[in-house]
Amino acid sequence: MSFAAIFVPDFPVEAVLHLEPELRSRAVVVLEGKPPLQKIWALNDNARRTGLEIDMTRLQAEAWPDLVLRCRSALQESAAHAALLACAQSFSPRVEDTACDTVVLDISGMESLFGPHAKLARDLARRASDLGVEANVAVASNPDVATIAARGFSGVTVIAAGQEQERLGNLPLEVLFANQNNERNQFLDTLERWGIRNLRAFAALPEMAISERLGKRGVYLQKLARGATSRTIVPVDPPLVFEEVVELECPLVLLEPLAFLLNRLLEQICARLSARALATQELRLKLELGQEEESGGTRVLARRAQTFTRTLRLPVPMLDAKVFLKLLQLDLQANPPGAPIKKIWLSAEPAKARAAQGGLFLPPSPEPEKLELTLARISGIVGEGKVGSVELLDTHRPEGFRIEHFTPATPEQKKSKANGDLDRNAVITALRMFRPRLSATVTLRDGKPALISCPKKKEVQGEVIWQAGPWRSSGDWWQPNSWARDEWDIALQTHAGVALYRLVRDLLTGRWFVEGTYD
Amino acid sequence: MSSLLVCAQPATGRPEAFRTTEKPALLLKRLSTVPHLSRVTPASRLEVRPAPETVSSGIAEIDALTGGLPRGCLTEIYGPASSGRTSLLLATIAAATQRQEACALVDVSDAFDPQSAAAAKVDFKNLLWVRCDPESKKNPPRRRGDTKKFSSAQANRSSRAWEPCLEQTLKTTDLLLQSSGLGLIAIDLGDIPLEAARRIPLTSWFRFRRAVENTPTVLLVVGQAPCARTCASLLLRMEGQHSAISPQLSVRKRKIPEPAQLLEGLNLQVEFVRSRLERKPAQSDRAALETRAAWTG
Repeated sequence: MSFAAIFVPDFPVEAVLHLEPELRSRAVVVLEGKPPLQKIWALNDNARRTGLEIDMTRLQAEAWPDLVLRCRSALQESAAHAALLACAQSFSPRVEDTACDTVVLDISGMESLFGPHAKLARDLARRASDLGVEANVAVASNPDVATIAARGFSGVTVIAAGQEQERLGNLPLEVLFANQNNERNQFLDTLERWGIRNLRAFAALPEMAISERLGKRGVYLQKLARGATSRTIVPVDPPLVFEEVVELECPLVLLEPLAFLLNRLLEQICARLSARALATQELRLKLELGQEEESGGTRVLARRAQTFTRTLRLPVPMLDAKVFLKLLQLDLQANPPGAPIKKIWLSAEPAKARAAQGGLFLPPSPEPEKLELTLARISGIVGEGKVGSVELLDTHRPEGFRIEHFTPATPEQKKSKANGDLDRNAVITALRMFRPRLSATVTLRDGKPALISCPKKKEVQGEVIWQAGPWRSSGDWWQPNSWARDEWDIALQTHAGVALYRLVRDLLTGRWFVEGTYD
Repeated sequence: MSSLLVCAQPATGRPEAFRTTEKPALLLKRLSTVPHLSRVTPASRLEVRPAPETVSSGIAEIDALTGGLPRGCLTEIYGPASSGRTSLLLATIAAATQRQEACALVDVSDAFDPQSAAAAKVDFKNLLWVRCDPESKKNPPRRRGDTKKFSSAQANRSSRAWEPCLEQTLKTTDLLLQSSGLGLIAIDLGDIPLEAARRIPLTSWFRFRRAVENTPTVLLVVGQAPCARTCASLLLRMEGQHSAISPQLSVRKRKIPEPAQLLEGLNLQVEFVRSRLERKPAQSDRAALETRAAWTG
């Protein structure tokens, strides 16, 4: 059996760097606690080198120049942990969620897929890095040894079977513990008094004596130090949730910096989806807004928050962060949040990736990603609800249609339809609608329109030289918006010849309208 | 009298003059030795541009007259009201959508009637309808080249009313042409007054023509008068038979009592005005066409 462990050192800091990778070269500390009693909870190597330590107060930390201070965010940590799990699950279906900063995966029999263990470990580290998390990876024949090695050795480590005790020997005793707690401190203090400082020395102690002095727990820890434990991993099957959250220290007012943050979130989500060979068909953006209020001449952010939600539904599964970003930008430009943004929550509904190949002899069709962008841009120009394909409604009511999202036929649909012969019928006399319909004054002679005058369109006036009708229709009489009308087809003499119009009399109001022209 | 024709820098670096007194063949031979000019392809050796692929317009008479609508070219159909422009447009869209091509209709005056289109057997699944809205508050900022003429102080009120729609049309058509993959893009300027339609700058039409070149898209413009001018590769004029009312309106007399009348359809005529494409010389320049009202069955 072979196991790989992925461990993220300084996990709370990595959760911050996961969304702000440009801070990776700087000293970053994560603070925990309520202001003003905040203390340093975690810090990265750059901060450690400058002399900062855990449990220093915010006031002390602020004395350091060029230091980045961030508050601990449980949401960001859960997003980083989800990225870690996604990374592991892209290699193996058996993954154990050991701790928030550690996952163990069973890689037995994976050589034929991913190559030797050393290569697999390197690929794991690279994939984690792609997902925005810098992690240590260790491979061993035992899950506990792999975990300890990942905690103790930076980078990629491969420990061959039988060499566990020798390889782990130089590591400090702290690697035996996942968390900082009282038990850990007591144990380390005890061993410090005994002069034991690494795993080799601890493993060399007699087991009986350890049992007498440190109890059952001590024996277990010694077995860990020897690399002699034996256990099976507990695989988890986390739900397919792809979401990223960022809490902002300063509220955002402009869309441009928001787009900058959205880009990062989208890249992370797309990387996670890509790792699971998935795409998305629905993006949900939730913004927590803070209302600004005037108090004492200054504008302050009120405590009560509002939520602004936008949902982007795509006709086909897509996986392109740039396209998503542009679509969200266009959507937010058309529907701005209207208040400063305090928190951004973005999630993607996973869908099976599209696998379609355009046929060589099939009719051309626009690329779905490009088409979505084009439609969003056109919506921005002509307005929402003005672009799309028509769906006729089951009614005789005038204008009985609605606009749907335009989704051209897929290659599969085209293949099935392309074989059919084209319908070549007689040419239909088309009606050109006037929207809104033109109000008209009509003079009747023997109950038929004889003279028409339309103030809004100077061409539509004069003597009616021919008419057909009336064609009466009505409907929805049981509803408040019932309709009843008489239709006439009339011909008028114009300077260019004869023009045919559809004249309508609304029976409910008694008014006349010119609805369109036959062309 | 001798005059200086060309003065070029030969390989030797000394200036050399070519005079018209020399024999043409000798002159051409000498010109071909000049390094700068040797790279220029003479007009006689220019490559012949291949004829564009044509597709059916959905009407046999139009196909027989024109040979079909050319892909990668701008086709313009014009005529007065009730001349059959929209009927031809719907027939073309129906044919394209039945070929499973994605089509777009840029409806400048929001005049498209879905019921007529359904009767013409347009496959709505493949038709993108863009309804320009003169009251849209989201009009993008004007592009300098496109709207220079729109801001003219001499423009009258009626043409100014169409400015937002025309701006939207130009922007939308640009986007549709860039998106590629559409089989047909139709711009319906049928209700736009002539003076407003002619305010569309020629540069826009040149840009559209250039954008649609070497693509499988048919760009179709419908209007009251030709406005794309030299950019149109195919120009058709539609007209009704205006001599009298009776030939234009077929009145059904048998089944309906005498006082009642029914619009059965239009008798139309299509005139082939101009084409840049090769065409058989024996073909006629005109074709008669009959349309049928949707309710005649």
